[in-house]
Amino acid sequence: MKVGVVVFPGSNCDRDMFHVLTDVFHLDAQYYWHEKGLPKNIDAVILPGGFSYGDRLRAGVIAAHSPIIKDVQKMAEKGIPILGVCNGFQILVESGLLPGVLLKNESLNFMCEWTNLIVENNKTPFTNQFKLNEKIPIPIANGEGRYYVDNDTMKKLKKNNQIVFRYSEIVNGSSDRIAGVCNEDGNVVGMMPHPERAVESEINPIDNKPSSLIFESLLTNMGATK
Amino acid sequence: MSLEKQELLDLKSKIGREPTSTELQIVAAEWSEHCSYKSSKKHLKMLPMTGPLVINEKGYDSGVLDVGDGYVVTAHIESHNHPSAVEPYGGAATGVGGVIRDILSAGTRPIAIFDGLRFGNIENDLQARWLFKNAVTGIADYGNCLGIPTIGGEVEFDECYENYALVDVAALGFGKKDNLIKNHAKKGDLVVLMGGSTGRDGIGGSQFASDSLESEDRSAVQIPDPFIEKLIIEAVLQARNDGLIHAMKDLGGGGLSCAISETADALEIGIEMDVAKVHTRESDMHPDEIMVSESQERMLIVTSKAKLKKLEEICKKFRIGCSVIGNVKFDNQMHVKKGKKTFANLPTDVVANATLLDLPSKKPAYLKTIEDEKKFKPISNYSKTLMRLIASPNIASKIWVYGQYDHEVGIRTVVKPGADASILRLDNGKFLSAKIDGNPKQCYINPREGAIGCFEEACRNVVCTGAKPIGMLDHLQFGNPNDPEIFWTFLESLKGLTDFAKSFDIPCVGGKVSLYNETPKGPIKPTPVIGVIGLIDKKPSVPQKILSDDCLLLVGDTKDELGGSEFFEYIHKFVGGKCPAVNFDDSKKNMKSVLSLIKNDLVKSVHDCSKGGLAIAVSELSMTNQIGCKVSLEKVPGEKLDPDRVLFSESHSRYLLVCDKTNLSKIETILKKNKVSFKQIGKFGGDAIQFFNGVKSIIDLSVQKAHKTWIHALPNLVLHGKKSG
Repeated sequence: MKVGVVVFPGSNCDRDMFHVLTDVFHLDAQYYWHEKGLPKNIDAVILPGGFSYGDRLRAGVIAAHSPIIKDVQKMAEKGIPILGVCNGFQILVESGLLPGVLLKNESLNFMCEWTNLIVENNKTPFTNQFKLNEKIPIPIANGEGRYYVDNDTMKKLKKNNQIVFRYSEIVNGSSDRIAGVCNEDGNVVGMMPHPERAVESEINPIDNKPSSLIFESLLTNMGATK
Repeated sequence: MSLEKQELLDLKSKIGREPTSTELQIVAAEWSEHCSYKSSKKHLKMLPMTGPLVINEKGYDSGVLDVGDGYVVTAHIESHNHPSAVEPYGGAATGVGGVIRDILSAGTRPIAIFDGLRFGNIENDLQARWLFKNAVTGIADYGNCLGIPTIGGEVEFDECYENYALVDVAALGFGKKDNLIKNHAKKGDLVVLMGGSTGRDGIGGSQFASDSLESEDRSAVQIPDPFIEKLIIEAVLQARNDGLIHAMKDLGGGGLSCAISETADALEIGIEMDVAKVHTRESDMHPDEIMVSESQERMLIVTSKAKLKKLEEICKKFRIGCSVIGNVKFDNQMHVKKGKKTFANLPTDVVANATLLDLPSKKPAYLKTIEDEKKFKPISNYSKTLMRLIASPNIASKIWVYGQYDHEVGIRTVVKPGADASILRLDNGKFLSAKIDGNPKQCYINPREGAIGCFEEACRNVVCTGAKPIGMLDHLQFGNPNDPEIFWTFLESLKGLTDFAKSFDIPCVGGKVSLYNETPKGPIKPTPVIGVIGLIDKKPSVPQKILSDDCLLLVGDTKDELGGSEFFEYIHKFVGGKCPAVNFDDSKKNMKSVLSLIKNDLVKSVHDCSKGGLAIAVSELSMTNQIGCKVSLEKVPGEKLDPDRVLFSESHSRYLLVCDKTNLSKIETILKKNKVSFKQIGKFGGDAIQFFNGVKSIIDLSVQKAHKTWIHALPNLVLHGKKSG
């Protein structure tokens, strides 16, 4: 199965994500530069973390206007699984593919630490191998990671089961401790924590199994053999 | 800020005519202390710089170590003290940028950043607090954006840095040996300036850094742009992969003047360049300004005409500037023109090699009496004293600092910051460990023993992870070298480091000298900062979680040498006493033994004893593992001393070992065989940190309470001005 890793100027987790997709899960991953288009035969798209355009103006806002985003939108409409991690999540929000905004953390600082996620929706292509309420030890690394939505949108999110991950404790002041959401159809998922930093036991001091399920879910979803 | 009278005469006699104004600017930049090392260069040669793993190539800005299987690690250290003291955010950020480009210029990808930060006493000095907070943000914003993890460092506060800041940045790179840039140039090759535009920021920066900080010359501070730096990294590495780079140098201190003259001198070529071809930020810049601007995020690349098109395509992809500014000649001249008009035409060896100085030195008068101790008020409550030390800014947890740095990006970080040394995994299955250490309090009391102590401490930290030290970086920071007493402290430190490096076979792979570090109240304390790089062949089994009933052993003697200790300086407010000295034989034995215990999987955790002594080292193990510990002071190896001395002495070469009791006898056998001084001094369990003197309990602290204080003391102070402990 073919996975596209979109690279913007300033992306810096693209190589980490690529390594995990190819060396750990043996997927056929390809980089796609932001000025190019995405081929039609792609099975999933991942927008990795980093500082696209140096976070100028607002994290993700310039990258959201890249030519490649039009193709990402088309694929989202077709129901192809799309995952945005950290800056990738910020870009999906800024491009309107996901609801809400990401504000500066309550501490006003960049935060790099390990935290725990709770799975709130196990029906998405990236969470179908989890049990509901399963705990995922995972690191965060962001300055603008506080998810915020207004009350009306929050009601909609809850009604449509769009909250995918919550932090188990208050981490950065996110609305309702939200760490990841999906679109109404459930195929576009965005999350602030970094699953690619948690799937290998060598660098995960706690438990690498739960984070691996994010990628296992994608494999299962596609019914693909590695 | 220009040439000294004698230097001007030298220049005139060397070129046989009056220099032009551009030539004066170029030479003043290149002959500044910052670029030329004119005061220190003669002496730096004493350091051993070769070894079986060291790869020496001409024109490298970083040290290169062969780590096997066709891979190399590069390393470098720099400081940005003057700029950071004036503008801490930009100064610290551009400090990161500069050292990263040094790593890049060898053709390796930067994989780790370390930062050593020093400020005045933040407990009562609000400016120090402001400098600290903004320097940390500057490093975070720059390093995080680049996607290079900041995985280690140190933070220290001392009154000698009042109104000043030391910001040291070290970086490591990794790559294939075959991909190293073999700096060379062929006839007809082109000289390309790549990256950010040249502006009026940082003009005269290297002279600014080579003078005492009297005026706050903000225009001499460079402006950081990590986004462009990130694009340069990717563009350069792609150009490297495509074989487009014949030679490369980063633009740092001295700007184009330095990069052009040093490249030409190292490659024994001449370079003819046209300042009109340089892409500038402002249209009306004078050639003099263009030649000495220290605008950041620029690289000088030598390539061929045939390869230029591909290089331009890469730069276009990343939308970074790429200007052909000159070409390679074989006349050994640095020829600067604007259009057809010549502004400078100098022999490169004249520009690149300032006349070296042989400055006088004299033992400082203060050292005569500094080792005398005064009588101290006896400690009435050791638990309280320990708690005060745990909360003291120099000992309190630095998680508030490294929590703002992305230390995981790049997915190499096996052991995260906060341990003795962090560990990175390499692509060949080996592991890299590194640490930087300084100790100005001890170096002030004894510049030689203090410097050796920094070196040994950095080695200890690396050894605690199971790594064998394979290379060192030295960063020598002192006051005005024209003061013979200051120059003496520089020479003593350097001699000490040289003796240790030779005796332990640890080559110096890179370094930096920073002089003229003066505050309004006088010179800083001698502050050598030493980085040590260690290599581990297989995944280390330490650290493991400490459990109840695990045994605590102490390796190494505790001696009556508390000069420069946190106990004397923070608790007793006393500067003086005997500085801890490293016994080379004991140090080697202990290092070797600890490494063999880790290799044989006999220990669960190893921690070195340093700042705050045994009491703090034990507390740190307890706090980070959330488990109590009971220690008997009379079992501590070494001469019989009073409890305060045993608890807080900062003697070197000491390691705390934690093991499962089933391994105890095996460990004892190995240590006895190696004739190492050691004892089991305690056991883990319960929820209190306890020290006993015979049957008498002298310290009893709740682990939870201590941990809370340790974690929150620094942010409480920085953000809320609140003292803990």
